[in-house]
Amino acid sequence: MSYELRMRLWRGDASGGALGDFTVVVEEGEVVLDAIHRIQATQAGDLAVRWNCKAGKCGSCSAEINGRPRLMCMTRLADFEESETITVTPMRAFPVIRDLVTDVSFNYEKAKQVPAFAPTPRDADGKRRMQQVDVERGQEFRKCIECFLCQNTCHVVRDHEDNKAAFAGPRFFLRYAELDMHPLDTNDRRKLSQDAAGLGMCNITKCCTEVCPENIKITDNAIIPMKERVADRKFDPVTWLGSKIMRRSDTAQREEV
Amino acid sequence: MTGNVMGSDVPSEPHGFEEHSYDVVVIGAGGAGLRAAIAAQDAGAKTAIVCKSLLGKAHTVMAEGGIAAAMGNVYPDDNWQVHFRDTMRGGKMLNNWRMAQLHAQEAPERVLELEEWGALFDRTDDGLISQRDFGGHRFARLAHVGDRTGLEMIRTLQQRAVAQGIDVFMECTITELFKTAPGDGNRISGAFGYWRESGRFIVFHAPCMVLATGGIGKSYQVTSNSWEYTGDGHALAMRTGASLINMEFVQFHPTGMVWPPSVKGILVTESVRGDGGVLRNSDGKRFMFDYIPEFFKSETADNEAEADRWYDDKSNNRRPPELLPRDEVARAINSEIKAGRGSPHGGVFLDIASRRTPEFIMRRLPSMYHQFKELADVDITAEPMEIGPTCHYVMGGVEVDPDTGASKITGLYAAGEVAGGMHGSNRLGGNSLSDLLVFGCRAGLNAAYLAHQSRGGQRPRVDGAEVRAAAKRALAPFERAGGENPYTIQHDLQDVMQRLVGIIRNADELAASLKEIDALKERAKNLTVEGHRQYNPGWHLALDIVNMLTVSECIATAALERQESRGGHTRDDFPATDDSWGTRNLVLTLPDGSDGKVHLEHQPLPAMPDDLKKLFETLT
Repeated sequence: MSYELRMRLWRGDASGGALGDFTVVVEEGEVVLDAIHRIQATQAGDLAVRWNCKAGKCGSCSAEINGRPRLMCMTRLADFEESETITVTPMRAFPVIRDLVTDVSFNYEKAKQVPAFAPTPRDADGKRRMQQVDVERGQEFRKCIECFLCQNTCHVVRDHEDNKAAFAGPRFFLRYAELDMHPLDTNDRRKLSQDAAGLGMCNITKCCTEVCPENIKITDNAIIPMKERVADRKFDPVTWLGSKIMRRSDTAQREEV
Repeated sequence: MTGNVMGSDVPSEPHGFEEHSYDVVVIGAGGAGLRAAIAAQDAGAKTAIVCKSLLGKAHTVMAEGGIAAAMGNVYPDDNWQVHFRDTMRGGKMLNNWRMAQLHAQEAPERVLELEEWGALFDRTDDGLISQRDFGGHRFARLAHVGDRTGLEMIRTLQQRAVAQGIDVFMECTITELFKTAPGDGNRISGAFGYWRESGRFIVFHAPCMVLATGGIGKSYQVTSNSWEYTGDGHALAMRTGASLINMEFVQFHPTGMVWPPSVKGILVTESVRGDGGVLRNSDGKRFMFDYIPEFFKSETADNEAEADRWYDDKSNNRRPPELLPRDEVARAINSEIKAGRGSPHGGVFLDIASRRTPEFIMRRLPSMYHQFKELADVDITAEPMEIGPTCHYVMGGVEVDPDTGASKITGLYAAGEVAGGMHGSNRLGGNSLSDLLVFGCRAGLNAAYLAHQSRGGQRPRVDGAEVRAAAKRALAPFERAGGENPYTIQHDLQDVMQRLVGIIRNADELAASLKEIDALKERAKNLTVEGHRQYNPGWHLALDIVNMLTVSECIATAALERQESRGGHTRDDFPATDDSWGTRNLVLTLPDGSDGKVHLEHQPLPAMPDDLKKLFETLT
């Protein structure tokens, strides 16, 4: 059951651009990325678009579809009326390189600032032991495919370019939370996540959670618990005193980084 | 670093191009490339990673099931000898025995190392890394994270590489390798490439290069591979004077999605079968019992009751036939479909819904649930999936020294899918991720060692005239008007490979495919691309197509030569496995002056030492 789909695709580069109109024949069961590939192969060979796995696993094809941040490979045409025009624009929070491709190097720079995992030594038999229930919290965060849609959506940076220097964004709050909740990590990153990564700037509007294609509960399971852990460290006088006298009790030998 | 962020760090440009010097340059940033770079940097070499996509997006991310490693966490009887035997038998004994041995011996430590770097594997009740069942493996052996093990592995390696401060050149494609003159060592001196973002050229000076570019799947129409898998490393190695082996062996994964059309070929993990899923035809029959080959009869259950008991009691029952090696299962599915017993969309049924609880399925196979729900509107906890074979992996690759990963050309190494030998004629599921880790590490270490040895003395230099010639070749598609559209040529090549060099082959079709590939090579000399150099996918494809044509010719040439059926190479005009072919590799080269025509030679397989041979007699 093929039909003619009308699309508007943003074309241009750092100096500016505009929406271009295309009409393309699409088939039953196709996704937005299929339509764009067909336009590329038959009408606009130099149309720039980033993609890899086409199965929602690599997080390359992020864009804004009718204004909503989504993966192009996981957005089915069946979700739209056949008569509806589908408009695709590049992610707004990142500088455009060309057409639908943006410069996401901000995220790779922020990744460099996270202190690495630093585990306790192995057990005597050379292996490590952790219980499934203890790794599951971190596993939820490690489902992240780094599509950067949460980074793109977060209003702290979406409309405030100058906040970027002091704000790592939801993707990296996931990373800080994952490490803080890792049963074997020896670093204490709470102060760092609050100060350098800008956890305090998040006012939990949950926009990041809404756009996450992996359905990670970024706000509820990572950001809020991290805020609580930071507050716990900062404001609880007993904890404060305890930290001066002895090590943190929940996990042995955490060093502040 | 990325092409658009160069800032004040742009080095001097004597050739008019951006230039960099490293001890070791790793091409590719999947599992093998990242592991190689980590090893090289750890060994003190100044190391760079160059990759076509953003960091963390390579095909390793798509690996679902797990990493095969005989850690013995679930079955203490498991050890490297059993893993070695399974690997060799899965490859129908055509594997390089030394690679299979090293792989089985070193995989457990490579997995534990990932845990050291932050990987969170699923656990056993004792808190150890859990291990799951997979096709062709005697014991539950695959370390895993649900069905997204590849993502966990690539993210762990990526984070380790970033923590080490390794320079990464993302969205940067290498189009040529340079070496010194034959009278001056005939060794690697550097590489030439372009930033995809800007189209600007870049030159690397380095005495050592590790190819970790993955596979060739994009030459087929139905494939689990993404746009990147155009055989770049295979072709670069050949053009540099190195050799390829085992190129006739292409793995068609038995279970790819078949519907809707847009997702045709996308992988459905073998874990579905490892966790209890079965294959049925349109009559509802579990047809795999009709396809148990003589070679695997003694270890395969011949009735449903025994097969079903095996999941809980491996000591007293044989493995279900659904967990035969992938080549056997893919052929069986192909036969059922051809016999008219397929599913409505031209596949067969993969059913786990009737065999496991929804809770179990959701916990063990979350991304399969997600994938089918979102892309096909199928709830795999309630109804069967429709699946069919998809081009997944090439066993063939660069001929390397098993211990070091070194190719025939000094300074050129290969690891992972782009290297040949390890998997023989067919790879077992789970042996790819472990292969990437074991041989990535070895190639990186040995490249660093060679680079260290060549310190102090005169480093090989890239010749300026060669750089300018490489630039001219890369820009040629812009100079022409009215030539061929690269997308059309790619489409036509995929059609030829799918139709004539697919799962079942014969002499007539293979000979015809070579003629068609020749015609495509001619057409590809006249490619035209529109637009300019900045992030231009048409131009990128025009440069990749040359590599796709070379590897396609290799596959068809070797497939025509091998007159037997074995592993990932099935000839309906030579249906039997022939012992006289079982001791031979087919070696492919591009000799100087061959004008791009692939040359083939026979070469004896390295002989296995007696102490390893004994393993095949004593182990049951």
